[in-house]
Amino acid sequence: MTREEVFERLNKVFRDVFDDDDITVTETTTSADIDDWDSLEHINLVAAVEQEFGMKFTMGQVVTMKNVGEMVDIILQK
Amino acid sequence: MIMRELEYPFDSEWILKKAKSIKKTLLSDGTTRIKKKIAVLGGSTTHDVIKILELFLLHYGIEPSFYESEYGQYWQDAMFDNPELAEFAPDLIYIHTTNRNIAEYPAVGDSREKTEQLIKDTYEHFRVMWEKLKETYGCVIIQNNFEFPYYRLLGNMDAVNPNGRVAFVNRLNALFAEYATANESFYLQDIQYLSACYGLDKWGDSFYWHMYKYALCVPAIPTLSYNLANIIKSVYGKNKKAYVLDLDNTLWGGVVGDDGPENIEIGQETSMGQVYAEFQSYLKEQKQIGIMLNVSSKNEEENALAGLNRPDSVLKPDDFMIIKANWEPKSKSVAEIAAELNIGTDSLVFVDDNPAEREIIRQNLPGVAVPEMDKPEEYLKTLDRSGFFEVTGLSEDDTKRNEMYKANQERRKMQDNFADYGEYLKSLDMKAEIGAFVPLYMARIAQLTNKSNQFNLTTKRLSQAEIEHMAEDSSYITLYGKLTDKFGDNGVVSVVIGKIKEDALHIELWLMSCRVLKRDMEFAMMDRLAEECKKRGITRIYGYYYPTVKNKMVENFYGLQGFTLKNRDDDGNAEWEYEIPASYENKNRYIEITE
Repeated sequence: MTREEVFERLNKVFRDVFDDDDITVTETTTSADIDDWDSLEHINLVAAVEQEFGMKFTMGQVVTMKNVGEMVDIILQK
Repeated sequence: MIMRELEYPFDSEWILKKAKSIKKTLLSDGTTRIKKKIAVLGGSTTHDVIKILELFLLHYGIEPSFYESEYGQYWQDAMFDNPELAEFAPDLIYIHTTNRNIAEYPAVGDSREKTEQLIKDTYEHFRVMWEKLKETYGCVIIQNNFEFPYYRLLGNMDAVNPNGRVAFVNRLNALFAEYATANESFYLQDIQYLSACYGLDKWGDSFYWHMYKYALCVPAIPTLSYNLANIIKSVYGKNKKAYVLDLDNTLWGGVVGDDGPENIEIGQETSMGQVYAEFQSYLKEQKQIGIMLNVSSKNEEENALAGLNRPDSVLKPDDFMIIKANWEPKSKSVAEIAAELNIGTDSLVFVDDNPAEREIIRQNLPGVAVPEMDKPEEYLKTLDRSGFFEVTGLSEDDTKRNEMYKANQERRKMQDNFADYGEYLKSLDMKAEIGAFVPLYMARIAQLTNKSNQFNLTTKRLSQAEIEHMAEDSSYITLYGKLTDKFGDNGVVSVVIGKIKEDALHIELWLMSCRVLKRDMEFAMMDRLAEECKKRGITRIYGYYYPTVKNKMVENFYGLQGFTLKNRDDDGNAEWEYEIPASYENKNRYIEITE
């Protein structure tokens, strides 16, 4: 899986969870960039990403992840 | 509107991911829904529990608004002055707690006395809260019990040693269940069972507790919320009432018309035969709690009956209300069954192994529940977990329902033998008991109030707690009517509630079960109502009719009772007035009043 492919699939997950087809995530996207992305929605986002890529984040990863780019790093490592 | 994605078995992850758009779709589908105010008091995070509960309730025709306690504040919110919650005025309170909220567990060396005290203290912490909520809000309360602990210090002994956590949780859950037995309008949500079905290790994944303070894993939330929605829809009278069952490859293996009754698979001889026998036993047990069984089968009637008459068939022809074995489209048979039972098609569950038949029903009768029935070994589980008939109160009427409907069929037969309807009514030997609400019948009164649709003037839904309040309030006149005849006891069949304002009575609720239609019961109720009014010096009665899709039959009910139409708006909402004459003449001619 290339980095681009991961972004493409992530984009779809973000659009589903936040129910907004205008979202396009980049390396530096953070929760500050998306209106509804609060700590409670973050839970669903993480669950949906895990489901999409068939993997699980550890607690340590969820706690330290700073932006979408770092999320992609972790997905690519699995 | 039915959204198959919200029917059991559902894809929890999909629901969680698409929650926002599902809500939009449901809210814009044009369905009329009853509105309920629900307070959720949590000992852990409840955000998504509420979000997903809302979807399932909307799907059931209930539009909720929510009050949510601050994180972990369930007890404080309940016990102390809470103007915000008071203003919200909940119809229902759900208390979502977890074994992680238990303040103190016994330690291994504790004395017997100390452990007993700890059980008592922990239980009291909850009991006083329930009592306080009941006293303050007088509404329906749902409390979940405790899931099992996630570790066992003593291993298997944890369930044996009174100081083990497993033993402790078991004791508490037994006390919770006892409280629920003794208190109507208090319902227990059994998450001990739910979490076991889901898998305790997954349910209690500590990631979700430590990360987000959820007491269960997020993917299990739809399971919890669906189960909760089932209790709530049952409390508000939205349970299904009857099954329509296919025969071939649904109640037995094989096709009776082709294979012959001696060759179908049912009974203890083969493993598949055992699967079908167990499924039939399950249905028979459901019949005993008042769920009506019917058959719609594409078969010659003779063959259908031959299958059911096999000695090892658990269900016999007599267990069914109506058996339709013919070659008509099933949509026609199912609609006829609903009409003959006098219930809406949306009260039916259609059970058929054939996907094509299921599709026909879905397309032609959209209110009918049509569960997927693909593997015989999963039929039972699918029906059981779907919660179509979630039991929140078992009235005597439920256990007798099948008998009563049978008696009704006999009455109908007898009616055919009389040329004069009055003669027929006389021959029924009817006796009615009519009086103010009494505790014995509260459960049944609440049940009728929440499920009667056709003969219901205002379709006002009330919880049992609200009804009990009205019964005690002297500014209300309440009446129930119970009818017996020579074929049997029909139970409580009519309910009237009126609010007294000065010298007039305003009828807020008047309903009757359709199974006693045209028996003079509505007149007997009116006679008694007039009498009660006179006793209190009330001279005028106001009746209201609010149209729904189902209650057209009573549009002019008050006219029939001698009321005068005062006003009818464009939507059909009408107000009727009745001046009670000094010498009121009883209208009921055929029923003897015993009380």
